[in-house]
Amino acid sequence: MPIPLPTINLLDISPEITLGIFGLVILLLDLLFRRERKGYLALLSLVGLGGAFYASLRLWGSSHYSLSQSIVVDNLSLFFNGIFLLGTALVILMSMSYIRREGIDLGEYYSLLLFSTLGMLIISSGNDLIILFLGLELVSIPLYILSGFARTNLKSNEAALKYLLLGVFATAFLLYGIALIYGSTGTIKLPLIAKMLADASISNNPLLFFGMGLLIIGFGFKVALVPFHMWTPDVYEGAPTSVTAFMSVGVKAAGFVALLRVLLTALDKLQFSWVSILAVLAILTMTVGNLIALVQTNIKRMLAYSSIAHAGYLLVGLVAGNRLGVSSILFYLVAYALMNLGAFGVVILVGRKGDQSLHLNDYAGLGYRYPLMGAAMSLFLFSLAGIPPTAGFVAKFYIFSAAVKEGFIKLAIIGVLNSALSLFYYLRVMVIMYMREPEKKEVAPIHFSPGLVIALLIAVLGVLYLGVLPSRIVELATDAISTFISG
Amino acid sequence: MNPYGGFPLLSIIVFLPLVGALVILFLNQKRVEQIRVVALVTSLVVFVLSVPLFFNFDSSTHQLQWVEKKPWIPHYGISYFVGIDGISLLLVLLTTFTTVLAILSSWKAITERVKEYMIFMLLLETGMLGVFVALDLFLFYIFWEAMLIPMYFLIGIWGGPRKIYATIKFFLYTMAGSVLMLVGILWLYHIGGGTTFNLFELLKVPLTSHQQLWLFLGFFLAFAIKIPMFPFHTWLPDAHVEAPTAGSVILAGILLKMGAYGFLRFCLPLFPDASIEFMPIISVLAIVGIIYGALVSMVQPDLKRLVAFSSVSHLGFCVLGIFAFNMLGIEGSILQMVNHGLSTGALFLLVGMIYERRHSRMIADYGGLSKVLPLFATFFGIVTLSSIGLPGLNGFVGEFLILVGSFLFRPIYAILAATGVVLAAVYMLWMFQRVMFGQLDKPENRVLKDLSSREIAVMVPIIALIFFIGVFPRPFLRRMDASVQHLILQVEAKKNKEPLYVERMKERIKEFFHQEETSTD
Repeated sequence: MPIPLPTINLLDISPEITLGIFGLVILLLDLLFRRERKGYLALLSLVGLGGAFYASLRLWGSSHYSLSQSIVVDNLSLFFNGIFLLGTALVILMSMSYIRREGIDLGEYYSLLLFSTLGMLIISSGNDLIILFLGLELVSIPLYILSGFARTNLKSNEAALKYLLLGVFATAFLLYGIALIYGSTGTIKLPLIAKMLADASISNNPLLFFGMGLLIIGFGFKVALVPFHMWTPDVYEGAPTSVTAFMSVGVKAAGFVALLRVLLTALDKLQFSWVSILAVLAILTMTVGNLIALVQTNIKRMLAYSSIAHAGYLLVGLVAGNRLGVSSILFYLVAYALMNLGAFGVVILVGRKGDQSLHLNDYAGLGYRYPLMGAAMSLFLFSLAGIPPTAGFVAKFYIFSAAVKEGFIKLAIIGVLNSALSLFYYLRVMVIMYMREPEKKEVAPIHFSPGLVIALLIAVLGVLYLGVLPSRIVELATDAISTFISG
Repeated sequence: MNPYGGFPLLSIIVFLPLVGALVILFLNQKRVEQIRVVALVTSLVVFVLSVPLFFNFDSSTHQLQWVEKKPWIPHYGISYFVGIDGISLLLVLLTTFTTVLAILSSWKAITERVKEYMIFMLLLETGMLGVFVALDLFLFYIFWEAMLIPMYFLIGIWGGPRKIYATIKFFLYTMAGSVLMLVGILWLYHIGGGTTFNLFELLKVPLTSHQQLWLFLGFFLAFAIKIPMFPFHTWLPDAHVEAPTAGSVILAGILLKMGAYGFLRFCLPLFPDASIEFMPIISVLAIVGIIYGALVSMVQPDLKRLVAFSSVSHLGFCVLGIFAFNMLGIEGSILQMVNHGLSTGALFLLVGMIYERRHSRMIADYGGLSKVLPLFATFFGIVTLSSIGLPGLNGFVGEFLILVGSFLFRPIYAILAATGVVLAAVYMLWMFQRVMFGQLDKPENRVLKDLSSREIAVMVPIIALIFFIGVFPRPFLRRMDASVQHLILQVEAKKNKEPLYVERMKERIKEFFHQEETSTD
């Protein structure tokens, strides 16, 4: 009897293939380049990202399952591919001079980043729980290494160990959740799970709910929802800043696309039960994140807590669960990627060799010595706080609009009050930059490397563009979910 | 609707300061004089462009004029929609006028970081003008919030010793109020079917009294904090005292008016029932503000703080007039906004001028100034009298109309509010007496120089307007008539026929007790 082979259309996974090949090639080429020449590897990885982006662009508009239904190629996954690739490209631009300064300019750095991004691409098109799981592992494992990349730095080591231990823990939750869902529905394919749930005897199985809870916990770890956020500040603080920037944007977006797929495709029938869980998590995440950020004096820790709070806002969009909600999550992630990476870019810029200048007081008077950099940082911070006319405002506007539409008015009120609260700590950075005199301490002038400047320029223009003329991206985000949810 | 055809006059007025700010951005920061001139010229051109708005204004109609409407984010029904009517016309002019004076007044006062200062000044002007002309709720909110950014920096960088505290308090307070308005806007948008943010489309959306109640509260809080009404006023004295002179002038002259404008433009027409329902509470708060502001002013040792608290009192009048729901009250209230902008702006300017000379704002440090600064004392005297509301000067007209308006409505309110006028005379005249008359006993004060020609140039237009409005307010009032009348009709027409929420609650309580009684029978 002939074994039926699944039809494999490699074009459907061309972005993933491109990125994988470039990751491997960089790993090989690394052996040939001398230490001073590693910059070429960065350019090569940018080319790889561009190639994957082009491949995704070619697929835009398609909507079908592939590889025996284990992946889905639709606009949603391609939109997320865009976010991941753009984010990684910015991170690589910012890393080039940074890793040289910190003496960690090894070729593996770039290939690990590419592999991690590859994992994200896999998640975004995952149509089955095992693919999602594999993608998530592929995202995480390079990051365990990357967060400890500054080998001689004790904090970096601590970060890597902490991230590994808690990450493994989260993985266990996730796997157990998958197992329970498989056990109660008999399938791991997301659309089939949805179909099985039409049967009341299956959808009332308590094991299913237990599995769903474990899945939410597992993803909650990855996107740093309160109360699963304990690792975030330490890991964000200890990891090399460029890696922190990558984690805060990429992993968060990846976690959210996984949540979207699982909750809205597979477990849509159970909406009544997960909505209330997520609403509570959203309130906790926003409030706790913002409250603790208020008292931080280390800018990386502050941004870590702020990124926790932003996960809370994103969750509000998921709670709304309607078309507007999902498209607002997409828009928010684009805006968040630009503004958060921009802020981290400035943090990288301000640091010097051997002195990361992470204390807030190190920013005193910077607004005058480097007016353009100060203006850019202010723009990113205002955007993070959600003040118009920036991307952050429009993004929050859509998220809360979706929540209000579904009648979650109290949730929206808590959300906007939180964003008023967050303003306090964002403003504090600006107060220090513009309204305090610097301490009389000799500091070396800031070195503006071309890669970083380009990255910051892209971020600034992006934040302003999305803030003033958001209509293009809004339409794109709406197109992206056209086949994902109907009605 | 637009006397100039398709010519986008309003957009040019709103965005020209932004262009000026961009030009300054590319100037060398060492060339201070050049920067100042560019800023001044920009604001002057904006003012000159805004004058035709007044003279070509068609006062026979309540229709919007100089309307521009373009789709902006069509997907969510957001459009770039601007226009003015009789309510916003004067406020737009007040803004362009005050900005010129504010820039002129900071000529000597601001010597450091002039470039950034002027950029923020011009950005602020764009933001403020945008608030008064925007007719799309999304656009309005953008301007409303974006305007905070330049003001935040103006206070925080060029302010006094406690500037950081003051500026953060200012920002957080106003932000906390306005985010709730944002939820209100979103809710209204979705009640209206989620298709448009156009104010005039949303006016047609029927609202239940329950929805009106909460929406009104959301909008009210944002506006009340901005005005600021008692008891939301605590940010004001700090911000006023710490802000640089021009910042105080703009705060008092324009920013505070946005709250009152918001009531007229949004709260009343959108939520007429809730407005009527809350009228007694708001009026009482306004009266408390009038008297409290006056009493606190009386005991201030600091000139700037005194003027700041007098603003709380004056703005109380504006709110009282608005919530009298008649032509007299509302027109008086709009005129009083302009008057307050002129007289309080002028007071801050004068305090700033004396502060530049003597570096003190304490009343106790002065005395007998009229002997060495006769011109200064004259201007100060006129402005003081205008602020008190002396007949023949502008303040009288506004306050009189408001008091008559509210007397027609509820005599007791007018009687209580009138005590504020008396108290105003007490604190202003007493302050004037202590600063200007008496012995010139402080040696530092003997050598003070009288006003320079630049300072005279700042004051003369204000003084001229103070007299003009005082003697001949008709051209200003005439332009409001149609719009205010339309507003009142709108409120009357949209008023729900069903009993008000509070009334229903009373009924329900009565029913409840009645049931209790019957059940015990």
